[in-house]
Amino acid sequence: MSLEEPQAPDVGVTGEGDLDYDALEDLLGDNVVDREQHENAEGFVIRPDEVEETLSTLKEEAGFDHLSSVTAQEYQDRYESIYHLKKFDDPTQELSVVVPTARDDPVSESAAGVFDTAEWHEREAYDLVGIEYEGHPDLRRILLPETWQGHPLSQDYNQDKPQIVPLREHANPMEEKTKIPDDPDTMFVNIGPHHPATHGVLHVKTTLDGEQIADLDPDIGYLHRCEEQMCQQSTYRHQIMPYPDRWDYISAGILNEWAYARAAEDMADIEVPEYAQVIRTMSAELCRIAAHLLAVGTFALDIYGDFTAIFMYAIRDREVIQNILEDLTGQRLMFNYMRLGGVAWDLPEPREDFFEQTRDFLDELPDRLEEYHNLLTSNEIFQMRVIDTGVLPPEQAKSFGATGPVARGSGIDYDLRRDDPYGYYDELEWDVITEDGCDNFSRALVRLKEMEQSGRIIEQCLDLLEDWPEEDREIQANVPRTLKPEPDTEIYRAVEGAKGELGIYMRSDGTDKPARFKIRSPCFCNLQTLPVMSEGEYIPDMIASLGSLDIVLGEVDR
Amino acid sequence: MSNDTELHDTLEQAQSTQEARMGEGVDERFNSTLRQAFGHTPFILTKFDKFMNWVRGSSMFMLLFGIACCSIEMMHTYAVKHDLDRFGAGVPRASPRQADVIIVPGTIVSKFAPRLKRVYDQMPEPKFVVSMGSCTISGGPFQEGYNVIKGAEEVIPVDIHVPGCPPRPEALIYGVAKLQERVANGETAPVTVKPYELEEFGDLEQDELVQQLASEVDDDDLVMRFNWADSP
Ligand code: SF4
Repeated sequence: MSLEEPQAPDVGVTGEGDLDYDALEDLLGDNVVDREQHENAEGFVIRPDEVEETLSTLKEEAGFDHLSSVTAQEYQDRYESIYHLKKFDDPTQELSVVVPTARDDPVSESAAGVFDTAEWHEREAYDLVGIEYEGHPDLRRILLPETWQGHPLSQDYNQDKPQIVPLREHANPMEEKTKIPDDPDTMFVNIGPHHPATHGVLHVKTTLDGEQIADLDPDIGYLHRCEEQMCQQSTYRHQIMPYPDRWDYISAGILNEWAYARAAEDMADIEVPEYAQVIRTMSAELCRIAAHLLAVGTFALDIYGDFTAIFMYAIRDREVIQNILEDLTGQRLMFNYMRLGGVAWDLPEPREDFFEQTRDFLDELPDRLEEYHNLLTSNEIFQMRVIDTGVLPPEQAKSFGATGPVARGSGIDYDLRRDDPYGYYDELEWDVITEDGCDNFSRALVRLKEMEQSGRIIEQCLDLLEDWPEEDREIQANVPRTLKPEPDTEIYRAVEGAKGELGIYMRSDGTDKPARFKIRSPCFCNLQTLPVMSEGEYIPDMIASLGSLDIVLGEVDR
Repeated sequence: MSNDTELHDTLEQAQSTQEARMGEGVDERFNSTLRQAFGHTPFILTKFDKFMNWVRGSSMFMLLFGIACCSIEMMHTYAVKHDLDRFGAGVPRASPRQADVIIVPGTIVSKFAPRLKRVYDQMPEPKFVVSMGSCTISGGPFQEGYNVIKGAEEVIPVDIHVPGCPPRPEALIYGVAKLQERVANGETAPVTVKPYELEEFGDLEQDELVQQLASEVDDDDLVMRFNWADSP
């Protein structure tokens, strides 16, 4: 259910709902200096001083309301920022806006005036690659410590140089802003990075005015493990696959692996056998249930310290799923189960036992979910804490690029499993869940209801797998041992991870390793909405919003 | 039962000796099976240090501390099914000032290392460290990363390493049990060879990097200097 009124088709869309790039080029006029062909969309090359104008025309007139990601990279002769644009209504309509800048003066105009989400993306690009954005409201490092020397993903970076990292007491950032010398009411509070309610190592710089939050700045990077660098020095065929498991590590491993598998398969034109797609779909949904369970369990823990019932129940149910996944993949958490062109191996023998075990879990799932609803959604204490707190209006959610349960809790009907189908999803019966409340409650409710839908998907996959003729059980396509995609192939592909749109941009340079590997993390974008939700509210409500965002720092920082 | 009476006092006998020592009308609840087992003469003679070590090893307060993927398995270790609490080592404390043991569950990066050191420093003595996962041994899968500390031992001393990526909950329990055993036996941790320390910026050797940063960092700011080239 979308909140928007039905409109006439946007400029640049043909009657069949395809993009007409020539019409788009006409719309932009002279701003487009060149056109490139990317695997997923066309790229319009524009001048670095016309970013804002171009993007706002595309947003206002052509309906590109979703800045999915910003990729920065360095070539031998230039720097390049790519803005990956999509539409919330139809994410298959994509457009890349490519902004090259000179090597000796890498400055381009910022897009933060058009899309709020660009603010963090550009800070990241500045931090890791070293491109500067003119007109950016607050261009400073985001993942690395502020005293870091050099930009690690630029070409002449020397990794062996020593670095100095300070441990500072933080000053009151409101001091300058309030400018009232005798207003003693503002107070600065550091929450994290070691704090039980921040779900890992997040640091939130909060300024309080009385008891209300006047200013809030999430400080990330305490788990920046150089995932992009790791993938750039690994080979496509086998070495990259274990890393996605470690982005969103709340058991969402297979969902993440799929993001890489999808991008690499589309890049190298690999056709995945249907049987493998069904197994992928099933195991991915098991992961989604496990991930949502932990989200719900820790949310209850954050809201009213419920360590004994809901949290334990959630862990108990997760253990059941982990057992199933361990039988399937051989590992409890870091599955490394997908391969390019399929999955690592077939269902475990005896297959009947596997089916029985999984069906047992599905049979008890409705009762378990009812129990969660009894304990949570129909619990008055819970309702008091979460209804109408942490409100995220849909317009802002879109502008910040929020996706996944966070967007769907704000009434945005956006789910890549349905809107940009992959795997076996479009053959199955299931629904996309949305809630219109826009508050912490809606987001939790979306997760609970999504588990039910995932259960439906798994059930149908099991039926299919059970009846699959033995001679057709092809689990992997024929893929060359070393994969060397054509030089300068560029692709951006996304899947619906547990937290939202998990996208990957890759550029090949003719070798067996990607020249640039960029991860678009849903948590990174979702976390940006925290100030919107919390400013003016109390600290406990901020903690509730943080819990309902369900971030994983491994994925935020990468 | 008959065997019991031969070896130990009966409850009645035990109570009477208790009365003899503590005075009339002692509540029965003060009695215990352990006391009963000591018989007529409930005295034990032991070395104080040995006793203290036994006590320490039998009641470990863990710091509630999550870093990365390993912390998910750590949560599973605390929760139902694996239930670390059964072994006298499962009381998570949210504040480092109340904890004896810190499990380091995940990758440590340059921005976090000074914080880890600070958290460790805030724990009261005696304190013990269990490092969980390959990341805390060597940097694990991220060892070649520009930002990754090559193991927890570069920052704090470690008593027990639990390998795995992530270690299974059973492995973590084994590691903690091993630590308890060592504590009970009074064995100490090896000293880290060359850790990164928190130092005042003004005390650093004046080199190019320090001079570059001089305008950004105050002399009395605490800093950690990473010499990547010397890392293992
Ligand atoms: S050892 Fe493996 S599972 Fe543990 S934190 Fe490191 S990468 Fe994650």
